This record gives sequence, C-alpha cells and structure tokens, in this order.
Amino acid sequence: MIDQREWPLWEVFIRSKQGLDHKHCGSLHAPDATMAIKLARDVYTRRNEGVSIWVVPSAAISASDPDQRESFVEPMADKIYRHPTFYELPDELKHM
Amino acid sequence: MATKPEFVLRLGDNALILGQRLAEWLGHGPALEEDIALANVSLDLIGQARLWLACAGRLEGQGRDEDRLAMLRAQHEFRNCTMLELPNGDYALTVVRRMLFDAYQCVLLARLAQAPEDEVAAIAAKSRKEADYHWRHSADWTVRLGDGTEESHRRAQAALDQLWDYTHELFASDEVDPDAAGLREPWLALVEPVLAQATLAIPAPSRFLSTGKRGVHSEHLGHLLAEMQILPRSHPGAQW
Amino acid sequence: MYTQSMDLPGQVQLGGDSAEERRFQARVDADAKIEPRDWMPEAYRKTLLRQISQHAHSEVVGMYPEGNWITRAPTLMRKAILIAKVQDEAGHGLYLYSAAETLGQSRDQMMTALNAGKAKYSSIFNYPTLTWADVGAIGWLVDGAAIINQIPICRCSYGPYARAMIRICKEESFHQRQGFDIMLALSRGTPQQKAMAQDALERWWWPCLMMFGPPEQDSTHSAQSMQWKIKRVSNDELRQKFVDVTVPQAELLGLRIPDPQLKWNAERAHYDFGAINWDEFWRVVNGDGPCNRERLAARVAAYQEGQWVRDAALAYAQKQRDRARKEAA
Repeated sequence: MIDQREWPLWEVFIRSKQGLDHKHCGSLHAPDATMAIKLARDVYTRRNEGVSIWVVPSAAISASDPDQRESFVEPMADKIYRHPTFYELPDELKHM
Repeated sequence: MATKPEFVLRLGDNALILGQRLAEWLGHGPALEEDIALANVSLDLIGQARLWLACAGRLEGQGRDEDRLAMLRAQHEFRNCTMLELPNGDYALTVVRRMLFDAYQCVLLARLAQAPEDEVAAIAAKSRKEADYHWRHSADWTVRLGDGTEESHRRAQAALDQLWDYTHELFASDEVDPDAAGLREPWLALVEPVLAQATLAIPAPSRFLSTGKRGVHSEHLGHLLAEMQILPRSHPGAQW
Repeated sequence: MYTQSMDLPGQVQLGGDSAEERRFQARVDADAKIEPRDWMPEAYRKTLLRQISQHAHSEVVGMYPEGNWITRAPTLMRKAILIAKVQDEAGHGLYLYSAAETLGQSRDQMMTALNAGKAKYSSIFNYPTLTWADVGAIGWLVDGAAIINQIPICRCSYGPYARAMIRICKEESFHQRQGFDIMLALSRGTPQQKAMAQDALERWWWPCLMMFGPPEQDSTHSAQSMQWKIKRVSNDELRQKFVDVTVPQAELLGLRIPDPQLKWNAERAHYDFGAINWDEFWRVVNGDGPCNRERLAARVAAYQEGQWVRDAALAYAQKQRDRARKEAA
C-alpha cells in the first residue's frame, strides 16, 4: 500500500557540460519540483558540477514496452514505483 | 580600511561553529536527501572556516594555523556570534537559524568582496557563491515549514521567536567591525519577504543582546568545544 | 558500503522450469541485463529485493558508527573528509533504495521494515566506535571488505542494481584510502596513538571477517543465486581474498592481526586463518549485538521525528497546487 505521506519519486537528468545532452542519472524523493532540483544538485552533482538539471515526476514518464508478449509483474502496474529508473532508452528517443 | 585579524576570526568561527552544529544532523535528518544536503552545507562552511582561520592566523602573525586555532583556543577566544552555538533543537530551529544566518552571510560577503586585502576578497567571493545557494535552500525550507502544516507553523514561529533576539548581535557595531549596523537594512530586505511568505510574524524588539563575537558566550559553547577539541587536547603535539 | 550474503534456509524458492523461466535463464546466461519491466521469476524478484534493500539499509545504518566521530575529528581536514564519507553513505543508500523501488516496494515500506526490526543489514555496523582509530579501521577494513564484495555485483544480472553498484564503486575509491591514511598516521605517531590503532584492529578484525557471511553449507540456495547471476563469487572465496590482501597492509602499518593461526600457506598460495565464532555472528545479525538496539532506535527516531517535516513540505506543495488552480480559474 502506498503511504500517501511519502514524498513522490522524481527522475533526475543532468547535463554535465555545455553542448552535451541531459543524461538520466537516477532518482530521488522530493516534495515538489523546486526541492527536487535543489536536492538533485546535492545528491547527483557532488563531484562534478552539472551545468543543467532536469527533474521529472517518475509517474509522468512513459516508456516503451520491452517485451510485447507478457509482462509478468501486472500487480505493480498501478504503482508509481514501477518507474523506468536506469532504463536504457533506444537512441531514437534521445531528444525526448 | 585594513581588515583586522579578529574580524577574520569572527568569520572563521561563525563558519566553524555552525558547520559543527549542522554536521550533528547526519543520520538524524528527516530524509536521506536532506542528510546529504545538510552535509553539503556543513562541508561548505567547514571549508570556509579553514580558509578564514588560516587567513586570520597569517594576519595575526603568531604562527597559528587553522587547526591550532580551531582546536587549542579557549572558549573566551572564540569569536562566533552566540546564535550559531545554540543546540540544533528541532528541524524548525535549525532551518530558521540557517535562514537568518545565510541572509547575513550574503550581505556581509558581498561587502567583503571589496576588502583591500586580496586574500580576504578572494575568500569572500568564493564563500559568497556558497552562501547564495545556502540562502535559497534555507529560505525555501523556511517557507515550507512556516506555510506547511499547523504543527510546522507552530514550530517555525517558536524558532523565530527564540532566535530573533540573537540576531541583534550581528548588527552591533564595535571597534572590530564599525560597519556592522549598516548591514541590517539589506539583511531585512532579504529576510522580511521570506518571513511574510512563510506567514511568520516578526517578534517584538527587545533589549537582549548576545555577545559571542566579543568572546563572552552562552553556556552551550563550552560543551561544543569540549567535544570538538578533545583529541588534540588529549594528545598534545600529536599528528593525525 | 556493504551487503552481507545471508541466504537463510526457506527464504528462497528454487527456480521452476516453465518456458518463460527458460527464456529468462537464457538471457541471464548470455549476460544480458534484466531491466525493471522485464519478465522475471517471482523468486528472482524477491531475492533481489531482499538483497538490495539489505544493502541499502547497511549503507544508512553505516552512517552511525563513523558519524559518531564527526564532531570529535582531530583536525578540520579529517572532519571534512569524514563528513564527505558519511554523506556518500547516505547517497549510496539512496541509490540502492531507488534500485530496489523498481522491484515494487516503496522506500517508505523498506524503511518501515527496517525500523520494525524486520529487515536485516550488515552485522558490522552493530559494533561501537570507541576511539578515533576505529574510524580508520572501518575505512581500511570494512570498506576494504565492501570493495571486494561489491565489485562482482557490478556484473550482476539486474540492471538497476549493477548500475547502482558501478556508481557506488566509483565513489568508494577514496573511502578505503582515507581509512588507511588515518591508520598510517596513527601507526607513525605517539605510543598512545599506536596503541589506539592496535586496539581498534583487535576489536574490528573478526567482525570484518564475519562480514562476508557464513560458509555456504546449504549449497542449493547459493547455487540458485549464482545461476541467476545475483551472486557471482562465494562467501569463503571473498573472505580469503580479503585476508590475503589485508595481511600485508597490516604489516606495513606495523600492526598485529589478532589471530595466532594466521599463517602464509605456500602450498595453497593463500593465508591460513583461525576459526570464526559463528555463534557471535548469528547473535549479532539476529539483533543481540552491542549496538543493534541503538542503531535501530536512531533510525526510528529520525524517521518518526522527521514525519512532521516531510508532512509540512507535502502540505505546502499541495497548497501551491491549489493556489495555481485558483489563479487559473
């Protein structure tokens, strides 16, 4: 059962240098977008300052189905934790 | 006007004492993300403390480096303002104290970027970038606690009520820092909108004046120093 | 910083033989990564969830033994380094909870299990840090053991876990070095400092050997984990590697490892070492070690006392949404 009082999950994307794409680097829990960005800076750019940070609520991410046949973990389908953290997106989706 | 070593000690001790207090939160914060964020602030402050204390040692010219200053001075030689040595209290007290101090750092370091000594100006410029970030983070949290739930509002107001009196010290001019009073207006310009957004009421003025920056502290600093200094004092002359 | 292999009898169901499972096993055999939305046997998911969450809990509980010395670090540089290290541990916990969340449990659920004493974490963090030398010993020995344990997991079959481990290993490189550096300074210091270092080694050595987990007598469960490429190397193998690597380091420090049976065996080309007290291990893992209750109490307190803070942030976020809606209307 989802605890309604838990901070929602956000996916974090960082552009480490001017000219590069934003890259997915992980997720974190935060109460809102402002906090998510600030926390992403603290959690994911400690060793090399990112130039730009994007955060997206995990629930807002749509991903392609890797296996058309069956996806065995249906019971999890309605949970926000079924999120594509670390999901390797195909090249065509790079500029999404 | 040349920057006095005692003035630089105030800067270093402020950073050191608050850095020490914030580090106490590691493992005890309300979320892992916040533990990481607070650790960053603490690291920034300790980094500033090291720079300021080393600078003060050089200006003073008695051969005292950052560790001799941090670990071997007696309580009455510490020049941090009293507000920063108070125990962390609950998260509201920690957040509101940070917000009040971070705003002060922003206006103070902006002024110090014009200092005649290259070293002072350089440290101030670096520290100011960090202070800007700290300020935005602590201001955000002050608003969330003040304008969050009834309980968080109550705690935030109680914290502000307790801490407001200690801010008078920041702006008390003296022979070491004749320009201190002049920082009050720009500081209020930062702080008042945040408190308004946080729906927090500014406490009534009082005649309370803490005196930590003059070396006369509250009862809390003695305990903090006893803990912080124990190893160098127990092993005189040892290298670590 | 570390996970302990504690496959207990009855906890892991063995894999079955359906078509899906055969396809799944073929992918694992081919060293393809399994990702969050791929089909996986329920037992695979459960095993991973338990292992990753135990690893995450270990990182978080691991903040306390070293955190205990932050306020008393003997120099400002050591203080800063220690804060950075403990901060990394929080970060590692965070990455691992995130990886575990892809398997269907929320971080809150995992933390609640930990706080209730229902989840396990590495036994090593249930020992107290009594001197500054303990901080050095932990970095040198505990992180040293963790690195040996973690590198194989970077090749584990589950994508999010493997990637979290790669990130963790990258950050971990300074952890062991700073611990050894502390021990080096002590071993070159005053007689009291040398004695402090020796005492710490004597108290941490055996618990560190226990970190690698018990010898795998019940081979069925380990065999399953090996087959699924969750576990890549056996406990005993990792433990032996740790001993072989660490003994010369202790010699460099001029410190004596508290094991009269420790001896180089030229035939095996490994160090022989004495018997481990597994009774103590199980006692500590099951909740009766020196600091278990305190460690848990600290987690419970942080979680409970932090609830009003987390609630406030959520309430504010809701207010902001309501305000935005009103303005739009």
